[in-house]
Amino acid sequence: MVLLALVLLPVLGALGAYAHRAVAYRTAWLVSVALLHVALVGDAWIDPPAPALDGWLALDALGLVVLSTVSLLFAVVAAYAVGYLRRENPRGGRAFVSCLLAFLASASLVSVSHHLALLWVGMEATTLALAPLIFHRHDRRSLEAVWKYLVISSVGIALALLGTFFLATAQVSAGPEGRPLVLEDLMAGAPRLHPAWLKAAFVFLLAGYGTKLGLAPLHTWKPDTFGESPALVGALMAGGLTSAAFLGLARATQVAVAAGQGGFVQPPLIAFGLGSLAVAAAFMIGQTDVKRLLAYSSVEHAGLLVLGLGLGGVGAYGSVLHLVNNALVKGLLFLAVGNVVLATGTAAAGSLGGLLKGLPASGLLLVVGLFAVTGSPPFGPFLSEFTILRAAFNGGHLWVAAVMLTLLAVIFIGMAAMILEMAYGHAPKRESVRRESGWMVAGPVMLACGVLALGVVIPRPLGALLSLAASALGGATP
Amino acid sequence: MERVADSVLLLVILSNFVVLGTTRLTTCIRAVAWQGALLGVLPLVLSSTWSVHTVGLAVGTILVKAVALPRFLSWAIREAAVRREVEPRVGYVASLLLGVVAVALAAAVAQRLPVPGVHPVLLLPASLAAVIIGLLVLTARAKALTQVVGYLVLENGIYLFGLTHVDRVPFLVEAGVLLDVFVAVFIMGIVVFHINREFDSLNSAHLSELRD
Repeated sequence: MVLLALVLLPVLGALGAYAHRAVAYRTAWLVSVALLHVALVGDAWIDPPAPALDGWLALDALGLVVLSTVSLLFAVVAAYAVGYLRRENPRGGRAFVSCLLAFLASASLVSVSHHLALLWVGMEATTLALAPLIFHRHDRRSLEAVWKYLVISSVGIALALLGTFFLATAQVSAGPEGRPLVLEDLMAGAPRLHPAWLKAAFVFLLAGYGTKLGLAPLHTWKPDTFGESPALVGALMAGGLTSAAFLGLARATQVAVAAGQGGFVQPPLIAFGLGSLAVAAAFMIGQTDVKRLLAYSSVEHAGLLVLGLGLGGVGAYGSVLHLVNNALVKGLLFLAVGNVVLATGTAAAGSLGGLLKGLPASGLLLVVGLFAVTGSPPFGPFLSEFTILRAAFNGGHLWVAAVMLTLLAVIFIGMAAMILEMAYGHAPKRESVRRESGWMVAGPVMLACGVLALGVVIPRPLGALLSLAASALGGATP
Repeated sequence: MERVADSVLLLVILSNFVVLGTTRLTTCIRAVAWQGALLGVLPLVLSSTWSVHTVGLAVGTILVKAVALPRFLSWAIREAAVRREVEPRVGYVASLLLGVVAVALAAAVAQRLPVPGVHPVLLLPASLAAVIIGLLVLTARAKALTQVVGYLVLENGIYLFGLTHVDRVPFLVEAGVLLDVFVAVFIMGIVVFHINREFDSLNSAHLSELRD
């Protein structure tokens, strides 16, 4: 019941929000649905829910990590939206809040689906729920962004559907036992899965969910989409959408590893991981728009996620931990940048400066976010990136470790150059800078505290959950 | 029934070539609407007993792919001054030849793929050919609307592959997939409509302002 409620609550919320005319009603509605959702997820932590719908919906450790991450991030974004919608009136008005809630519903569906075709349905729905939000300005630039996003994501996700059907064929070829495409039965019968169909399925699922994840060279929609959409939508994409897409890819990897195809899936995952780091590093140097910079940072972190997955061992643990860190820190950075854009009206780094004086809270949050996102101690990403690095050493992939460290250093320079200039540089003359609203500072501050706390100590229940998730992926706990 | 199914599948393959060979956007939409209708008939032809499941799938597919989406796409281009694909990235003769290559490739690959169960001879080749031709249309045409049609052809190919599992994939999933495709094309149609108003043509090649 709880599992169904997790999906249906935001659906009803989306419909309810559409019915209200006044903005204040809609935002109150948004925040209460988000908080109720967090409460439901809390309930799932205390009392693990039983599978529903003949085992199609179930919550395992990996699903719970993604679900909790998305739910918390969404609650913060919802609170931020209260302040945002007071100042801005995005086109599409009423649909704005409904689309946000539809995203929460579909991301929850992805997290609790143990039927891989149902998971696909949820994944496509996440894509579609966010599309109208990118298109909020109805001008040429946002048209171009939404078109690229729609076409590239839809084609990618269509390939993932083909991969899912291939997986069903691999299962049928093994024999009639087991419910089709249900994760538990796939895992139980994994050694018997038809190897050729399984490999084909993995290739298509990797391409499909990799497109959603934004792995280079399938990342081309990311900078345009992140650059043109409102910052809170960017936060949901970089934190929530990425986590959901990673879950899809992790499911495919989970089945392939259980089938003894670990040797087949590792090289492409490592290659996509390092490739994404390299592309991110190359395009960050000389970037002029801060939102596009964050988009390339998202490509980088998607790369780190699959790199950990590919390295296996403690890398799987690092990956799952990094998923949580990535969501927190991307939320923090996008929301802080959103404040800057709202106050100054631009995201071009060249016309921003002296933010620590002009917008003290957001400026400070940006600097904190910079050090967190680049994996500096004592923040959470340092720990997870270090764990992934350790996996590279443990597995004897010394060159992977060397390339990863070099690229991370380049990325640090690229990001620091722009963000520090924005924070400390010379402030250009402006007629008026609007003050920061409490709603819009509180959320990112909470995320900053979270990402700092995870770098200092991982709470025991979370640690236990991460270990479970890592072992499901065939990994180990450091 | 096998022979009926194979004739339907042959028509599906031929409709891909109409999409590849025509310059007129309306013909393109009409071809993909026919393809949708043929796809809707297939579950009825393939299964010996008509269950709620197969009839529901057939009705849903025809309603979405043969009626609702084509009508909506026609609405999206009605105001357009340009009704033709003027400068395709790949010419029509070349596209048709590539289509033939795609079908040959699909037939060759399908012969080597051991799909369990008994299926019409043309099911797998038709499925793979539609997937390849869909991707081809997506890359070879510059008009936003033609790209939507390419996406639909691609989805139709995947649907055909899904038919090898028609009695194993539950109805809820099929309904979900159909709903997703519907919403995807619906949103694309709205964007096409706005691109058309904003740029006075449906050329996605104009969409090149955002770059690094």
